[in-house]
Amino acid sequence: MRRPAFTLDVSISAAPGEVLAVLGPNGAGKSTLLGVLSGLLRPDEGLVRVGEHVVTDTAAGVHVPPHRRGVGLLAQQALLFPHLTARDNIAFGPRAAGVGRREARARAEELLTGVDAAALGDRRPAQMSGGQQQRVALARALAPEPALLLLDEPLAALDVDATPAMRALLRRVVRDGKQTAVLVTHSALDALVLADRVVVLTGGRVVEDGGTRDVLARPRSAFTARIAGLDLVPGVCDVGGLRTPDGLLVSGLTDGVDVGDTAVAVFPPSAVAVYATRPDGSPRNVLPVRLAAIEPRGDVVRLRAAAPPGGPAWVDGLAADVTPAAVADLGVEPGAELWFVVKATEVAIHGQ
Amino acid sequence: MTAPVRTRDRHEAAVGLPRLLWVPAGLAFALIALPVVGLGLRTDWPRLPELLLSEAALDALRLSLLTASCSTVICIVLGGPLAVVLARGRLPGLQVLRSIVLLPLVLPPVVGGLALLYLVGRTGLVGQGLELAFGITVPFTTAAVVLAQTFVALPFLVVSLEGALRTSGQRYEAVAATLGASPALAFRRVTVPLVLPGLLSGAVLAFARCLGEFGATIAFAGSLQGTTRTLPLLVYLARESDVDAAVALSLLLVVVAVVVIAIARPRTVAS
Repeated sequence: MRRPAFTLDVSISAAPGEVLAVLGPNGAGKSTLLGVLSGLLRPDEGLVRVGEHVVTDTAAGVHVPPHRRGVGLLAQQALLFPHLTARDNIAFGPRAAGVGRREARARAEELLTGVDAAALGDRRPAQMSGGQQQRVALARALAPEPALLLLDEPLAALDVDATPAMRALLRRVVRDGKQTAVLVTHSALDALVLADRVVVLTGGRVVEDGGTRDVLARPRSAFTARIAGLDLVPGVCDVGGLRTPDGLLVSGLTDGVDVGDTAVAVFPPSAVAVYATRPDGSPRNVLPVRLAAIEPRGDVVRLRAAAPPGGPAWVDGLAADVTPAAVADLGVEPGAELWFVVKATEVAIHGQ
Repeated sequence: MTAPVRTRDRHEAAVGLPRLLWVPAGLAFALIALPVVGLGLRTDWPRLPELLLSEAALDALRLSLLTASCSTVICIVLGGPLAVVLARGRLPGLQVLRSIVLLPLVLPPVVGGLALLYLVGRTGLVGQGLELAFGITVPFTTAAVVLAQTFVALPFLVVSLEGALRTSGQRYEAVAATLGASPALAFRRVTVPLVLPGLLSGAVLAFARCLGEFGATIAFAGSLQGTTRTLPLLVYLARESDVDAAVALSLLLVVVAVVVIAIARPRTVAS
């Protein structure tokens, strides 16, 4: 699929009953991918199969229109039909499939109960909150019993109070309900709660593919590490650690990688200690950094690093989580020169 | 906090409305409202019932309502699909087509009437064919009044509806497709209900324009009592002979216009 700005070239698959999360930075091609799957976009070249049915095959000139694909969509915005009640919104799909009025209403009622919105049946979208609308939109997307459900950042537009309940609902209805689905998200938490498997897209290509936990616990790309909330340093595996491009050694525990292989060193920001002067002793990694930003994150403060003048460039973007008291003791401001210190036992080195 | 969302808070301070604007704004309003007041002052109230209930007046009123209703229906039936094609179609040259549709809006109605006459008239391109094939003559009949009104009112409906279609976009239609609705079903059950307010306001504008039509009608349909003499034509005619009757009929047209605005205030004006 070629777009003006980039080319999307991926091969993904979701097993029946599986939820596949697609993660990636903005512009990675996630929405384009969903467009191709739903049939709203025609790829330049490609093959899309839903179950046994080929719905897009450019080589054979096949393009099944969206309404005959059996592919449902729940987007960021609920987009409930404003002129219909919640019940009639849900009954829309079954009615379009030729189900009788009474039966479609009964099915709508059942689904309303299924998404904890039984009391909302007679309301119009304008009389519902954003969270309620999204619940009804989920029920509506499920009503035609789609072979594949596309979830396009379904939690992104909800306010923070409504998000946890909707996430739990999606887990119950989609994941536990064995609904085959492709979930596009920016959030590691959404992927962990909702998805069996994750693919990470960057620049229109799949850079990681695997079980959700594996991918997020052992990130191989800077983007994945960032959304998983981990620090990542790329390099080559060496004895006792990872050799960075500029020749420094990051000590750590190697995990199934051979010396000479391309690898990454990964550690959590909470394992990083911060000093104003260079400390000494013990087998530790001591990294000179310049402080780029101070970001409050709940109970801790995240210090974001930039490369110091004359120092290693790869420390750029590393994060350290420290207590507010520690920040006060350091008495620093962005631009200050600091030392990030990580114990070798906290650093995991794995292949890329 | 229980601040009302829709009504304006009286604690809210006015922001950035220069006082100077009130003067021309007031003048503009006066220009619209005062002539109507003048009409009321000039009216011979005691004779009003008699003037309005004359046979000529009743004929004209009946004819006006009938032809304006017919024309509005034709505008909806033909102009509705045209608006959809203009808003959603993917044809080269659609931009040119759109400009042509706006022509009756900027053309003097008399010119429109003459144009119709030379197309559908006895010697016209279409008129000749109609006469030879079916023995039908259109000019100077009630059908000609309807045709003239439709000609001038069509752009009002098309522009208003096309705007509504563009504003609503095609997101809901995409959702309907993912729910299994064919394009025809999505159009009927999603597009049409969504643009209904736009269609309604367009229809009201078209109806009002039909009711006030004068130039095209007199050029193409003439002024025959009971057949083609609508209210505006009667007002113009009566102005020569009985000024009181003309004023009374004008007042009637004002009342009809106010009623039209009241029952279906066009959204385009309201928002």
